[in-house]
Amino acid sequence: MTIRKTLARLALAAAAGALTLPAWGEESGWAQLNMPQGVTDISRKIYALHMEIFWVCVVIGVVVFGAMIWSMIAFRKSKGAVADTTLVHNTQVEVVWTVIPVIILVAMAVPAARTLIEIEDTTRTGLNIKVTGFQWGWEYDYLDQGVTYFSHLDRASDAARELGSGVDPTTVPHYLLNVDHPLVVPNGVKVRLLITGADVIHSWWVKDLGVKKDAIPGFINEAWFKVDDGWTGLLRGNCAELCGRDHGFMPIVVDVRSRADFDTWLKNTAAEQKQAASPGASAPTGPLPNATAPAAAAPATRAPATATATVAAAG
Amino acid sequence: MAEPHAHAAAHDDHDHKPHGWRRWVFATNHKDIGTMYLVLSCTMFFIGGIAAECIRLELFRPGLQFFDPQFFNSLTTMHGLIMIFGAIMPAFVGLANWMVPMQVGAPDMALPRLNNFSFWILPFAFTLLIGSFFVPGGAPAGGWTMYPPLILQTGAAFPMLIFSVHLMGMSSILGAINVIVTIMNMRAPGMTLLRMPLFVWSWLITAYLLIAVMPVLAGAVTMLLTDHFFGTTFFTAAGGGDPVMFQHIFWFFGHPEVYIMILPAFGIISEIIPTFSRKPLFGYEAMVYAVASIAFLSFIVWAHHMFTVGMPLAAQLFFMLSTMLIAIPTGVKVFNWTATMWKGSLSFEPPMLFALAFLFLFSIGGFSGLMLAMVPADYQYQDTYFVFAHFHYVLVTGALFSIIAAVYYWLPKWTGHMYDMKLGTWHFWLSAIFVNVLFFPQHFLGLAGMPRRIPDYAVQFTDWNMVSSIGAFGFGLSQLLFPYLIIKCIRAGRAAGNRAWEGAHGLEWELPSPPPFHSWTTPPSDAVIARGAAH
Amino acid sequence: MTDAHAHDSSQYYIPHHSPWPILGSVTLFTVMLGAVSYLNDWLGAWVFLPGAALLGTLFFLWFGTVIDENQRGIYNLQVDRSFRMGMMWFIFSEVMFFAAFFGALFYARVLSVPWLGGEGVKVFTNYILWPHFEPAWPTSGPGHVGGRADSSFNVMNPLGIPALNTAILLTSGFTVTMAHHALRAGKRTPLAIWLALTFLLGFTFVGFQAHEYGEAYANMGLKLSTGIYGSTFFMLTGFHGLHVTIGAIMLTVIWLRVMRGHFTPKRHFAFEAVAWYWHFVDVVWLGLFIFVYWL
Ligand code: HEA
Ligand code: HEA
Ligand code: CUA
Ligand SMILES: [Cu+2]
Repeated sequence: MTIRKTLARLALAAAAGALTLPAWGEESGWAQLNMPQGVTDISRKIYALHMEIFWVCVVIGVVVFGAMIWSMIAFRKSKGAVADTTLVHNTQVEVVWTVIPVIILVAMAVPAARTLIEIEDTTRTGLNIKVTGFQWGWEYDYLDQGVTYFSHLDRASDAARELGSGVDPTTVPHYLLNVDHPLVVPNGVKVRLLITGADVIHSWWVKDLGVKKDAIPGFINEAWFKVDDGWTGLLRGNCAELCGRDHGFMPIVVDVRSRADFDTWLKNTAAEQKQAASPGASAPTGPLPNATAPAAAAPATRAPATATATVAAAG
Repeated sequence: MAEPHAHAAAHDDHDHKPHGWRRWVFATNHKDIGTMYLVLSCTMFFIGGIAAECIRLELFRPGLQFFDPQFFNSLTTMHGLIMIFGAIMPAFVGLANWMVPMQVGAPDMALPRLNNFSFWILPFAFTLLIGSFFVPGGAPAGGWTMYPPLILQTGAAFPMLIFSVHLMGMSSILGAINVIVTIMNMRAPGMTLLRMPLFVWSWLITAYLLIAVMPVLAGAVTMLLTDHFFGTTFFTAAGGGDPVMFQHIFWFFGHPEVYIMILPAFGIISEIIPTFSRKPLFGYEAMVYAVASIAFLSFIVWAHHMFTVGMPLAAQLFFMLSTMLIAIPTGVKVFNWTATMWKGSLSFEPPMLFALAFLFLFSIGGFSGLMLAMVPADYQYQDTYFVFAHFHYVLVTGALFSIIAAVYYWLPKWTGHMYDMKLGTWHFWLSAIFVNVLFFPQHFLGLAGMPRRIPDYAVQFTDWNMVSSIGAFGFGLSQLLFPYLIIKCIRAGRAAGNRAWEGAHGLEWELPSPPPFHSWTTPPSDAVIARGAAH
Repeated sequence: MTDAHAHDSSQYYIPHHSPWPILGSVTLFTVMLGAVSYLNDWLGAWVFLPGAALLGTLFFLWFGTVIDENQRGIYNLQVDRSFRMGMMWFIFSEVMFFAAFFGALFYARVLSVPWLGGEGVKVFTNYILWPHFEPAWPTSGPGHVGGRADSSFNVMNPLGIPALNTAILLTSGFTVTMAHHALRAGKRTPLAIWLALTFLLGFTFVGFQAHEYGEAYANMGLKLSTGIYGSTFFMLTGFHGLHVTIGAIMLTVIWLRVMRGHFTPKRHFAFEAVAWYWHFVDVVWLGLFIFVYWL
């Protein structure tokens, strides 16, 4: 059959093409095939759960697809197979293939439920941060700490992403995954996020924390994470609910620091924001630190792009 | 009494059918209306497909090359709406129109004028929907799920969207009523419920689903309308409402809706596999019960689309467990199809090829569905390309492939001509390969963290997006073979006998090809019915 | 042009081609376009109103054809059964339409309002966003949306007009059943009287409802825009009132047909269809009375 021959030739060509592809490096997109394990206990549990269901599906797939392929090969009319038309019903096998999936499903549901119950436990947190999504960015409010600021897509990405900007995205560091002011948090502390939306629904998602929670206008959702003790670096995420024109352009960056570093940062920033807000201050008023306000320059100039500890390296 | 009878007979021979445009516009004949549904569906599939190709073009590489983000979101929204309401659903209704009366031994649908009304509402609904591209503010861009408050930011297109959904809903409800009444009331004497072909069974159950959920969708979008124009606060917290309430109402419709798009597919596959295995369907009754349980379960799983909205723990657990349960009846179906092939005598004509691809690829989509049902894992999958991969496997290689398989299966019956098998086989292989190139990498993208509904992405996602886009172009172009093949078949082709396929059973194959204008003017005899329903 | 001289109708009946469906779709489209252009301030109601009039006329003509065919005795029992089943499933779809709005009512009362008040899993919602909101029903929400100038509002006393309306509808359910008995017994005069009573009661109900709405808007600060209470109250009672109006009009048509001598004690599908519809409207009202007005 010519079709078969042509297909074989096509397959060969495809295989040859695959060999000439760029090597599967750490940074290369080709290697990104799976969920990252993340940097919290919960994110690793989710990863384990994900892998478990994945393998269960693979095994079921091998068995079921195996049976199908076997039928397709063994019972071909072209090879003279004659149909056994009496084979229309068999209560025994039917019971078996109803009961076995039930058992498999129970085996999957138990760890899932356990992890879920753990995730939903938002008690005993060490730090409360109110997170407000808006069109298009995030506002972080360290409750009772006197620190509030906005976080937007960083300037370089913002310039490059314009229609016909002429900028090659590959030359922009962390294109679309960088912000002007990241969320700063300590490691080893259970941080509670109180998430809400200002205008439409957004969703705060950082996959390495295993957290995705919708930001619903008028309501507050709780989520929490506790980064491994001793882990520092930057984590990147996105808004994960369609929120209008620039939904693709409101990333999230979390800057994880040691407790001591974090405490200093919090104290300094609170002081700066208080000074900036006080009537006598010469700096532009407004409670937020941003790159143009000298008083707030300290947190802002810790440009995330320069930090080396990326998740890929850590994971 | 010879006189009136002779008149009736002569009457039938001439078919008394109007010719020219009146035949279509004033149609009351189930086959003509079925044909119109299928043509509409194909048109909408191409329009929705072109939107998808534009999406894939923009996503071919990072950076915005062609479209403003707002317009990109409109493309996404319209692609989803057009494919679901314009391509898949009308195709199934068209197939029901053609096949149900023939398969139950009836002359036509029970309510022929209503049937034509259900059809003709649709072109106007889509005129309204697609027309929204041309009004100030552009087409709706809030996703096919129309979540408030975002969707309330739509410009002049907003009422057009709402009313087109109302029209589509009306059409579906009236069409479903017609299917139920035809099946319950027009069956030939002797065609008992448990003798009906599975396509009829699955459509009967689908029709119940439609009648139960389309009005709920109508209610949901009506609330959107009044929230937008008349100051109600169903979806505003300040007034005591909740944006999430819309999601609950929408998905109460939306989840049964996805089964509305797969149950008739199950029916089709259950017709094709026995035919080309030359063996009766394995476990007929279990298949009927499985469809019924899937339909029942579909009403109590809706919130699995909303695991990240912050539901109470108990609700999340409940919806996780109920969702997982669906794997059991679905598994029964997959196993029964496999058992039907077991010890059969298989041949691989285009309908069988597409049905086999359905078996494999739908199952893959089902497996990823099951992964999505695990709440903690869904926190990571939700609103990423992993979800896209899941539902394109169940919708494209599931629903769409089953429709293509159905057309290849019944085309000889409809036209009286055999089609070009070789071309059909080419269509199959190109589709089957490219569709995997198109959608399989989307699993990787989703797991690596690419959110859905974004016009531009971080550079590490470039490679798989390029692969996916190449697959999309290849898959899209391959589909051009399909209308070409059909037109060629209508124009010419070797005559097909009554029983176009060696192993085909069922009442439709007892009729001539093409069948007479009124399918069964005298009900088939009991022996004929029994011959078809040998299970 | 819908020819009736079809097949041997003892076996089956298929109307030949008909212009009504396409004209129905075109006018329906005109109505929708008119509504779009009204809401978008394009052409005001200048498309909507003629469209609606055309649509009304069209259904009048379409049903006219069906009635005419029926009177000529073309329909066999199978057609009659098809119509019956069709009507039942249509009513079921209407039930589900109301279910969406009842769902919204229950959701607001059981979930969203308590959540906004800090109950259940959403303590922080109340603590941070709506600190002074006490959950209660009725409510116009933590933002006190709508109502009088000071955003207060009153609710309908269930023992006033609503109770009266309940009595009216229940009575009308009784009278329509009496009419049915009379029809089955072949007694024309009682039939006409009971039926006339039914639609008169129906229109009375609508009149009271209109009066109640007037009161609500003029004196009670209760409007469609009065938060979630106003939204659910007016959407539920409004759609119900619309259905009562349609039902009463249908009853009137049936009454006119009775006066013309249509229907036989054995074959009277149209009468029964409208009676079912009327009972459906009745039952929905009981739900409304209990959950909207009373509890
Ligand atoms: C035809 C359409 C169709 C079908 C059939 C399905 C089938 C299923 N779907 Fe899917 N789904 C969609 C269309 C469909 N879905 C769409 C369109 C969306 C996205 C909507 C949007 O957001 O825009 C979606 C989204 C979606 C989500 C939400 C994801 C998210 O947004 O976070 C979930 C979560 O639970 C889910 C689950 C499932 C499950 C468990 C099934 C099951 O029915 C699958 C059952 C099948 C199998 C499991 C395979 C065969 C079985 C066996 C071989 C037996 C043995 C197996 C085991 C014991 C494991 N789907
Ligand atoms: C049954 C439904 C159905 C079907 C059949 C398809 C078919 C396809 N879909 Fe689907 N899709 C959805 C339902 C469906 N989709 C839904 C519900 C969404 C979610 C929307 C939302 O988020 O709100 C979605 C979203 C969606 C996205 C994500 C958009 C985003 O994130 O913004 C993408 C991207 O790749 C995509 C791609 C495709 C492709 C390439 C096809 C292809 O299979 C299409 C192939 C068909 C053709 C191409 C037409 C025929 C060919 C021609 C006319 C010739 C010309 C062709 C070329 C020039 C190549 N779809
Ligand atoms: Cu914010 Cu998407
Ligand atoms: Cu679902």
